[in-house]
Amino acid sequence: MSSHGIKDRVAIISVSCTRFAEHWDKGVDELLLDATTDAFKGAGLTADDVDAYWLGTAQSGMSGMVLAKPLGLEGKPVTRVENMCATGSEALRQAAYAVAAGAYDTAMAVGVEKVKDSGYQGLNAFPIPTDGTNRTLTAAAMFSMVAPAYAQRYGVDPDELRRVLARIASKNHYNGARNPKALFRREMSVDQICGMPAVAGGLSVFDCAGVADGAAAAIVCRVEDAHRYVDDPLIIKALSFVAGNGSGLTDPAYDYTTFPEIVRCAEDAYAQAGITDPRTELAMAEVHDCFTPTELVLMEDLGFCERGTAWQQVLDGAFDLDGDLPVNPDGGLKSFGHPTGASGLRMLYEAWLQLRGEAPDDRRISTVSPTRNLALTHNLGGYPGEMVSFVGIFGT
Amino acid sequence: MPARGIVDYATYRPYRRLDLTEIASVAGGGGGRGTRPVASYDEDTTTMAVAAARRCSLDGVGSLWFSTTTPAYVDKTNATAIHAALRLDPAAPAFDANGSVRSSVGALRAALAGARSLVVASDLRTGLPGSPDEAAGSDGAAAFVVGEGEDEGEGDGGVIAEVVGWGSATAEFLDRWRTPGDPASRVWEERFGEGRYVAAGRAAWDDALKATGLAADDIARAAVVGSHTRACTQFERSVFAEPAIPGSAKTEGFAGAAAPGLALARLLDAAAPGETLALVVLADGADVLVLRTTDAHRPRPVEEPVGAPLAYGTYLRWRGLLTTEPPRRPEPARPSASAAGRNADWKFGFVGSQDDAGTVHLPPAPLDAEARPMADATGTVVTFTVDRLAYSPSPPVVFAVVDFDGGGRLPVELTDVDPADVAVGTRVEMTFRKLFTADGIHNYFWKARPIR
Repeated sequence: MSSHGIKDRVAIISVSCTRFAEHWDKGVDELLLDATTDAFKGAGLTADDVDAYWLGTAQSGMSGMVLAKPLGLEGKPVTRVENMCATGSEALRQAAYAVAAGAYDTAMAVGVEKVKDSGYQGLNAFPIPTDGTNRTLTAAAMFSMVAPAYAQRYGVDPDELRRVLARIASKNHYNGARNPKALFRREMSVDQICGMPAVAGGLSVFDCAGVADGAAAAIVCRVEDAHRYVDDPLIIKALSFVAGNGSGLTDPAYDYTTFPEIVRCAEDAYAQAGITDPRTELAMAEVHDCFTPTELVLMEDLGFCERGTAWQQVLDGAFDLDGDLPVNPDGGLKSFGHPTGASGLRMLYEAWLQLRGEAPDDRRISTVSPTRNLALTHNLGGYPGEMVSFVGIFGT
Repeated sequence: MPARGIVDYATYRPYRRLDLTEIASVAGGGGGRGTRPVASYDEDTTTMAVAAARRCSLDGVGSLWFSTTTPAYVDKTNATAIHAALRLDPAAPAFDANGSVRSSVGALRAALAGARSLVVASDLRTGLPGSPDEAAGSDGAAAFVVGEGEDEGEGDGGVIAEVVGWGSATAEFLDRWRTPGDPASRVWEERFGEGRYVAAGRAAWDDALKATGLAADDIARAAVVGSHTRACTQFERSVFAEPAIPGSAKTEGFAGAAAPGLALARLLDAAAPGETLALVVLADGADVLVLRTTDAHRPRPVEEPVGAPLAYGTYLRWRGLLTTEPPRRPEPARPSASAAGRNADWKFGFVGSQDDAGTVHLPPAPLDAEARPMADATGTVVTFTVDRLAYSPSPPVVFAVVDFDGGGRLPVELTDVDPADVAVGTRVEMTFRKLFTADGIHNYFWKARPIR
């Protein structure tokens, strides 16, 4: 397979992110205006200065007009993209490729989701007509099966693993408490989380991503043009995507302790970026912690530690804010919240702040250095055995 | 002339049992002693009919008759769903004979006169809380393969019980009725119906004896069923010296359209070869069927009903008699008729596919050349979870990844099980169920249940 990548050819010159919250007082239009206004300002551009737009939204609107209308765009190409929870990152991919191809000088990727108008609890999929035989199980329940599988395969006591998962959630709450834009800004202890009632397998509500509205945006241009806008752009090192074929669900060899789509996706990303040891070469990672067992497995699938050791590394604090490799320093999906279309770009926003030394003091990671200046963002969409995966790598 | 009669039969009782002593304290009266079988929230008369019919040998079945007083649909044939689940020949017609208890007798009588046929009756009996119908009712299904023997009663495919003759009496009198849309049936004064039924029963009985040339003493074993319990008892006493059916069959309650078949099955279970049996059905008149077991017949051991208790509150919720707060989740979307029609073999028949290497795919993969029927497959739970967030007519959803013996894996919902009873390694079989009803459309598919 030929995946050449576009390393060092595209620069990110502005990234913005709204607060993620239950924005009862804001609709899609307001969220888009908030995110794009900040992004334009960051690059000193107007809406008309940007040549092309990619709008990522899973189910908050159809067609590019969802963005063109509130922004009043005149004669601009706007493409709405969707790739489940990797939608925001998908928008970035497309905008970056358009600019790398030379079709446009500047392009904006915007992600938005308005989940709180449905009146329903949780994230609910838009119903497409089926023959009625599809699963109605929640994503929480599907991912909950990872925990006992992991415990069994690596000989971890189930109660101990329960505390490991709570430790992951607690870490993300600690980080989110230091993030004015996060949905949940309260620290939560391991004991508190372990004490919550189970709602899906062994998982409680606090093992699950927060549900919130929000938007985020990024502007890209060719790397040689970046100096016209900002002195300290981020450079795209890798953009990788894999769409699974669902075989994991029905393959007796699949054991629910790994996500093969993510392993493949990460391999491609590291090859594009020239990374051989992610654990030491990355300064931080934003990963898709839709559920706590997901983040656990991601540490191994993304190559941050050896198979079967992530649980111990979590307990040792390796991925804490002040750890060896900070994971989800902004609080992750867990406490920042997960407006589906925006999350991928929200992760980029944290990379934008941290790599350029702009993160608030109480949340600033100490791993960034001239020789260690790469950030990884990761999204997945779907379920164990059938998912899509995105990995992006960015540097200064 | 080849023998004509019953070739095979099987019954089905649902897993749950309602303790009748729980009723009075909630409903202010009613209930009784013992328990009654109750269909699961994901069962209806169609699914229970499939459960019974699957246990029969269906070789050579050329038509299907289905009877119930509680059809899942009107104005649409329900037997076609049963036909699809059993994967019968598309050339075999499938008919409903629905609406009343006597419908099932009519279907049986018509089928016994024709070529090899599957006759299945199924019912779900409910009454208002605290009512006699609630306590005396019973859910279940009975299936019969009937027709001609291939070689005079010897070996497989042979007739195990020959029809000797029928007796009948018909009269128009209002003992029990339900107007469509009403939640429960109503009855006139008991003693009125008792008199009319005993008279009709006697007339049909005499008619049967005359038609068959038999005397009452020639009948080795008999069963009397009907919705009017006192009438059945009075008729029995007037004709037989001893009770016609001993023990458990009576205490399982009245199963409506399935009652005649369930009683007949119990008669056959107990009968030795060469016995003359009589089934009396008191339903809007009376019908008497006289059969004789052949040399090919063998008695069957009585199946002890496997039952788990069901709380009365849950029973009321399942029957729609108690509306509780739904979860703050969208209700499921209705299945698409065109998609369901395209995928009928998978949806109704649980037919997967296999590729050239023999790998089984569930659901069937579009690139595979060969179909792989999986309804009769057994499997093992590899992992499972309990989902308290997902929509369900009766939460929580118990869900397992099942590896099937001989190949194939499917994540699938479990039923007839309490969450605490599932473990990795639990052995399961497949069962045809109704997942939910949305927009008036019943969504049928398969679930797994522990093998017991």
